[in-house]
Amino acid sequence: MPLLKVEELSKSYRQLDGGLTLATREISIQVDKGEFVSLVGPSGCGKTTLLMCIAGLIPPSAGRVLIKGVEVNGPAPDLVLIFQEFNRSLFAWRSVLGNVLFGLEAKRKRSRDAEEKARHLIRLVGLEGFERHHPWELSGGMQQRVAIARALAYEPEILLMDEPFGSVDALTRLELEDTLLRLWQELGSTILFVTHDIEEAIYLSDKIYILSRRPSRVMHRIEVDLSRPRHQLATRADARFMKFRNEIYKQISNETGRDANVK
Amino acid sequence: MKWNKESKLNGLIVLLAVIPIWELVSRGELVNPLFFPPMSKILRSFFLLVFSGDIPYQILLSLKRAAAGYLLAAIVFIPLGIAMGLFGWVHRLLEIIIEMARPIPPPVVVPVAMLFFGLGDEMKVFVIFFSCAWPILLNTFDGVRNIDRILINTARTFRVSRRGAILKVILPAASPQIMTGLRISLAVTLILVVISEMVGSTDGIGYFILDSQRRFKVDQMYAGMLSLAILGYTLNQLFLLFYSSVLAWHKGLISKQR
Amino acid sequence: MHFAWKEKLNLPGLATLAALLLLWEASTRLSPTLQFYFPPLSQILLSLFDLFLAREVVGHCLTTLGRFLGGYLLSAALAVSCGIALGYFRRTYNLCEVLIEFLRPMPSVAIIPVAILFLGIGDRMVVAVTVYACTWPILINTIDGVRNIDGTLIDTGRTFGLSRWTILRKIALPGASPYILTGLRISLPIGLILVTTSEMVVGGGGLGFFILDEERSLRTSNMYAGIILVALLGYLLNRLFLVFESKAMVWHRGMRAEGPV
Repeated sequence: MPLLKVEELSKSYRQLDGGLTLATREISIQVDKGEFVSLVGPSGCGKTTLLMCIAGLIPPSAGRVLIKGVEVNGPAPDLVLIFQEFNRSLFAWRSVLGNVLFGLEAKRKRSRDAEEKARHLIRLVGLEGFERHHPWELSGGMQQRVAIARALAYEPEILLMDEPFGSVDALTRLELEDTLLRLWQELGSTILFVTHDIEEAIYLSDKIYILSRRPSRVMHRIEVDLSRPRHQLATRADARFMKFRNEIYKQISNETGRDANVK
Repeated sequence: MKWNKESKLNGLIVLLAVIPIWELVSRGELVNPLFFPPMSKILRSFFLLVFSGDIPYQILLSLKRAAAGYLLAAIVFIPLGIAMGLFGWVHRLLEIIIEMARPIPPPVVVPVAMLFFGLGDEMKVFVIFFSCAWPILLNTFDGVRNIDRILINTARTFRVSRRGAILKVILPAASPQIMTGLRISLAVTLILVVISEMVGSTDGIGYFILDSQRRFKVDQMYAGMLSLAILGYTLNQLFLLFYSSVLAWHKGLISKQR
Repeated sequence: MHFAWKEKLNLPGLATLAALLLLWEASTRLSPTLQFYFPPLSQILLSLFDLFLAREVVGHCLTTLGRFLGGYLLSAALAVSCGIALGYFRRTYNLCEVLIEFLRPMPSVAIIPVAILFLGIGDRMVVAVTVYACTWPILINTIDGVRNIDGTLIDTGRTFGLSRWTILRKIALPGASPYILTGLRISLPIGLILVTTSEMVVGGGGLGFFILDEERSLRTSNMYAGIILVALLGYLLNRLFLVFESKAMVWHRGMRAEGPV
């Protein structure tokens, strides 16, 4: 049984003038335990809406989300969503350590060794030495690591990430990608990752769902069977990497009919 | 405000220059010295009254009432403001009553309080309690309502309990605005303790100042005003200390944004 | 669209209010002790009506209003001009800054006994204390506003070869106006507080005096009626200010749109 199953999920919004606008249309996705799955699509295609529905933060208009076979109704248990605006989601009044501890507190795991666990996670994301710092004292990339550490402290079965590396510079992004892969492998997590960066998706994932423009639906699914562990230089130079990239790019630009605004 | 050490010194000199100027104006009888005693005389009265314990005693009385009213208002209206911010129905229920009570200038509550409580401490505490309501309530409400939606969603995705969310996310996130309400209320408290003592009391620093005027003990009156200014300044500084310790993170955040 | 209309009416709020009023009326009519402290609403409204007929209270209203307007407008003129001057001329401000910071923490109401000494217990005294109290917020906000004007705006004016006076009028004033308006808005209730307080302390007419006097004579209906009146006065002044503010900002916005000339 897949860990996460999204069945024919649709979400529509009521506009100010009373009309309905469809954000996502009958999306079906499957994520198995331990998989790294990416959703790729053009900007503004409703990916965030989809994630919010999967996370149970907003109710779908149609369809349903199943986690371990149980339908999601309200904020999903064993699941954490890392928001796109991660800097605004961090708690300015807590230090880095405090923020990560929040993840443990939320799981009611404020035990004796909670602080030790938090420090371990901070070390894992590469922020050792910054425990006492406050989020606004850190760079964007570092803040993102704090958000990840905080989410992992919760020990979720599924981690949802909404374009986490979109707003950091290119070099930091490559670092973060590798950090994420390392974490994923060490902790055995399951990750659903949303991005508009095609190459990033290929580099990170086992499986990619290609989404159309708004109202988004699943256009295609690609199994990325590149060898692991991945390497920034070796993997990206692989011929099959190029093949995947071109295929996805073609899918998306065909759909839009012109040059899609994806990389 | 740019803090220029040199200009601060200059400003201090100007301030201190007031003393000899005052002295001359008074002794030279440019203004009626009955109403404008020489600064030396005022300062003499001031120190006498302070060291004899008269003024400190009056101040303590006023402080007692002020503290009671202020803390009571905080204890009642901060939770109420949070409730209004979180639960729309609470807000809509109280909204009209609040809008009707707000335009009432706090001083006119004093006669009502006198009716109910006479001239004792309770009267003043009630007046202060009523007057601090709006700054605290409305600022708390605003603070809760304006919390970034993302923080709320973060608490939700971590499935924090309602109580946990209020204590760990909502309260800290709204605390800068709540602090603003508390700061404004501090000034309001001081103003109203003086008013209530002038209108209906037989002691306290406000009464002291007015009474001195009525008895034409003018230098005492000015001494009283001076001590009131010092009291106000001290309370402000104490509040700043409180703010710096509780909201140190916010101070840092703001300075970073500049 | 009908949704929005329903929202605006706030039925639950009105319902609560209506319920409370009914409760008030019923309970006070039933209990004589309660009636003493809290006369029935109908009685208060009746008193209000009677007072108006007797004309006495109208005089008090006008007295208070007159004193307020005199004090507030005078202080506005004074504080805005001084504020602009102090904001502009940094050195003068630096000299005065410590003095201002020293006087600020003292509640303005403490100035009432001094004013009584110098000016007696008439209109002049009330207006004087009102001016004193209202000046602070307006002054400080005006100074802030002038100091926070974007330097490039002023430089633009200079490159156009505008005189200092023109820059002041067409660039500085509109640029600082949001701050000035904030100060004016804050001072509005302060003015009303000082006027009513002075009237209570000193006597001699005005709504403040009226309310206290009725309390002393234990004519509680009249007292509450007076409070309703002063609240209405405050509310009306607020509304007037909002109208003024929107007009002023329109001019400001229009000015901004045209650009400095």
